[in-house]
Amino acid sequence: MSEQTVVLFTYFVLTAFIGFEVISNVPTILHTPLMSGSNAIHGIILVGALLIAANAQTSLQIVLGLLAVFMATVNVVGGFVVTDRMLEMFKAKQPGGEKGKEQ
Amino acid sequence: MIIATELIYLLAAVLFILGLQFLSSPRSARHGNWIASAGMVLAVAWTVVVLRGSFTAAGIIICVVGFVIGAIVGVVSARRVKMTAMPQMVAIFNGAGGGAAALVGVSALLNLSGQHPEFQTGFPEVLAVIIGGISFAGSVIAFLKLQELITGAPITFPGQHLVNGLLALVILALAVVLLALNSSIVVITVLLALVLVLGVTFVLPIGGADMPVVISMLNACTGLAVAASGFALNNFALIVAGTLVGASGTVLTRKMSDAMGRSLINVLFGAFGQVQVSAEGGTSAAGHTVRSGSAEDIGTLLAYSRSVIIVPGYGLAVAQGQHALRELADLLERRGVEVKYAIHPVAGRMPGHMNVLLAEANVPYEQLKEMDEINDEFKQTDVALVVGANDVVNPAARNSPGSDIYGMPILNADQARNVVILKRSMRPGFAGIDNELFYDHRTILLFGDAKESLTKLVAAVKVA
Repeated sequence: MSEQTVVLFTYFVLTAFIGFEVISNVPTILHTPLMSGSNAIHGIILVGALLIAANAQTSLQIVLGLLAVFMATVNVVGGFVVTDRMLEMFKAKQPGGEKGKEQ
Repeated sequence: MIIATELIYLLAAVLFILGLQFLSSPRSARHGNWIASAGMVLAVAWTVVVLRGSFTAAGIIICVVGFVIGAIVGVVSARRVKMTAMPQMVAIFNGAGGGAAALVGVSALLNLSGQHPEFQTGFPEVLAVIIGGISFAGSVIAFLKLQELITGAPITFPGQHLVNGLLALVILALAVVLLALNSSIVVITVLLALVLVLGVTFVLPIGGADMPVVISMLNACTGLAVAASGFALNNFALIVAGTLVGASGTVLTRKMSDAMGRSLINVLFGAFGQVQVSAEGGTSAAGHTVRSGSAEDIGTLLAYSRSVIIVPGYGLAVAQGQHALRELADLLERRGVEVKYAIHPVAGRMPGHMNVLLAEANVPYEQLKEMDEINDEFKQTDVALVVGANDVVNPAARNSPGSDIYGMPILNADQARNVVILKRSMRPGFAGIDNELFYDHRTILLFGDAKESLTKLVAAVKVA
């Protein structure tokens, strides 16, 4: 293992802990939007797809690159838009005069 | 340039983490999504800036064309999809991401075709192909099941686990060949094909009711595949974002299977819902009669009760009846009836799915009660109004150890003084299990489409 790989592996391990921690207090009602939102975040593979597609020369590379960029974009764009649509409905409507908020 | 790139990716990573954190609270959730998407724009835009000199002619064309078409498809499908079809939409987006990760892995492997790749890049590339490919094929099957293009029931054949196990072994062996001997295009293609087959045979035997758990798990898988391709491409942003999703997706998957009172292993390998009828003749409901009532009777019952707990289920969503339900609830409240909604963690087809649907109909957030919060209140409640829900109120989960859903936490609707069930037909629920609550002497059924039944009830309550 090179030094570079060890550094990357360190990021990986530390980030995993953050990932476990950061959503541990999510209320059930937000599980679907959260799943959808995190689904959009792994659309970051678009960066990888661009890195691969940018150097495409052979026809095989072109086909693979095009497909990868297309699919990654669907993932990231669709993911964020659909999450926003879900969350739009959670806009606070407390002013509407609901009396007791539960505790 | 390299330092700038690292710093910008770091900023993007911070935005992703903050975004997830904000997504954890109803008040800030929408901002969380925006923050995460800002991080995404930043990371992608900067990548293009870095690459600007090195695009080949074909490269620039496929990047632009792929992006434009992908963006159009993504936006249009995300805007058009009905709220009820949300789970399969998430599944297919997830599949697209997994597929992209697999293709990135394949491309990277092909670039050094012939020789065997260096282990520290080759290993993550192979991992990205395997995990991403399973995620892609599995997500497509999950989509087909939820869209009811193929049966939601588990599809099994004898020796299934054995076949899947062998398939997994062959894939591992191929991976070793690829890493140690040569990465010829033939080996890569066979590997990819086998991985896709495994994704299909892995998800086929899992019942439709368990799909949310599967989608959540595949979501985490895609995250890991993305992280693996990050190792292959030496890219910090991919590693951090992919790992975040992998880790948080794992937690979410655990929470979901816990909510169903089952272990993840049981969900994945149990072929749950395969047995349609309970084997115990004594408690089987076959032959018992149900009591069905008219909308007028039930309307009167509701109008003159003091407290009503509504148990919404997927049937409500399918019928798009949430607005009619809200109207009925408003009407009852105006008459002084106390109305609450009991939301089972897996009501709808994903945790929180029902909350989204009811929020769409402007049901006040404060009236939505989670299971633990409301379960003790059923005893003092006049009417439990079950709208299009079935498995989540099935007492078999509490009483009959032989049942497939035994042990799943349920809403105690059967403890209310009266139970009204709006139901399309006597078909068993998504899990394929009969429900003895239908045959209880305190239960009245109103058959029909949930939306139509609710509209009739609204009319009946008005004149009561």
